[in-house]
Amino acid sequence: MSGQAPLLSLVGVTVRYGALAALHGIDVQIRRGEFVALVGSNGAGKTTLLHALHGLLPHTGLRRVAGGGTSQAMVFQRPFMLRLSVLNNLRVALWLAGVPKAERAGRSREALQRAALADRAERPARTLSGGQQQRLALARAWAVRPDVLFLDEPTSNLDPAAKKEIEAMLAAFAADGMTLVMSTHNLGQVKRLATRVIHLEGGAIRADLPAERFFDEHADRTLRQEPGAILSPEEFS
Amino acid sequence: MSAFAESFSTAIGLVRDADPRLARIVGLSLSVSGMACLIGAVFGLAGGAWLAVTRIPGRRALVAALNTLLGLPSVVVGLVVYLLLSRSGPLGSWGILFTPTAMVIAQSILVLPVIAALSRQLVADSLREGGDQLGSMGAGPLTRALLMLVHERWSVVTVLLTAFGRAVSEVGAVMIVGGNIDGLTRVITTTIALETSKGDLPLALALGLILLVVVGAVNAAVALSPGVKRQTLSGAR
Repeated sequence: MSGQAPLLSLVGVTVRYGALAALHGIDVQIRRGEFVALVGSNGAGKTTLLHALHGLLPHTGLRRVAGGGTSQAMVFQRPFMLRLSVLNNLRVALWLAGVPKAERAGRSREALQRAALADRAERPARTLSGGQQQRLALARAWAVRPDVLFLDEPTSNLDPAAKKEIEAMLAAFAADGMTLVMSTHNLGQVKRLATRVIHLEGGAIRADLPAERFFDEHADRTLRQEPGAILSPEEFS
Repeated sequence: MSAFAESFSTAIGLVRDADPRLARIVGLSLSVSGMACLIGAVFGLAGGAWLAVTRIPGRRALVAALNTLLGLPSVVVGLVVYLLLSRSGPLGSWGILFTPTAMVIAQSILVLPVIAALSRQLVADSLREGGDQLGSMGAGPLTRALLMLVHERWSVVTVLLTAFGRAVSEVGAVMIVGGNIDGLTRVITTTIALETSKGDLPLALALGLILLVVVGAVNAAVALSPGVKRQTLSGAR
């Protein structure tokens, strides 16, 4: 996998919010088919790194995208739904992504089925439960067929059942070959889903390891020393 | 009989007898103010949306100026439009002074700042909630702002009703540019002013009541329209 050209890479990227350097000197590459989990305590720079990878933030350093362009989508912690029906939220996303009109109906239908929301297509999106809205946000992102999908703590406000549904969707996306980059506090989730883990601390990368090695060599030794910041998989499933 | 009781009785009599002069006056009031709101909506909503996202130098001053224009006296608007449209004015060749068209122009100028300022605020507030997410989906600044007008369409309806109320209830501008010509440019408010100056206070008050009923009917028609009713029942989510 390491031989592949990266889809996205940051070289020496620093992001500042005023005087505060939220990220400094970040070097990271995202390769096709990876499921990368970003972990770290609050304020470590996970969301900032996601936004920088997605190209939403001004920064110094280089952000390189694979030749020919890489389509990207992002699911935020609290997804924003327009005051429109579930179906029309999908249509707007497809329109914004430049999907031809003829394809939008079919893609919307597929996305709704994927998110198990086909029976709620005409309901106002904002009347859905939190879990359903997050599923709709995932469906909306999936519908545009991104090469890379960024996820900012997608299950942090959800009950266990809704978390399980979201994880199942993410596992299915990964199985389809989609590249995913997710920030999370939930190491159980990381263990179940991720192929690679990046541990951030104070705006810098402290570890960047395949998931298995991360849990064998790094997680217990390092993360346990941060009480309340990140819990072990057993404690936070 | 007191003036209030007499005015009620007169108002009921005018409506019951379907007085043709009253019908003509009410019809002209509705058409002039309705058309002014339509024109004000086209330019005001687009201008408000643009102002919510533009980053041009002097934007703050522009917003402050727009907010100042909320207090624009209708007689001043009437006077300016009169000077523009009078024979010796730059637009005198149009020959539309003392016509309903001149009244529409004056009221459009009057409602434009109301619609632009309130819609700018609506869009700016909504962008704080979901602007970044729409941006990450590929929406440019103006597209985001226009989508937010769709998102906040029920509040936009309230803005337009406010503008309509401002237009239909003003007397200064339509009196100056319309001239209160019987059968041609006489509207409810100019009739009230005329009857008051003639000393027929009960009739003036009766017309005031009819004006309130007309505005109430327009509001009720909007509130009971299927989309607004559904939105109200679902808690405006």
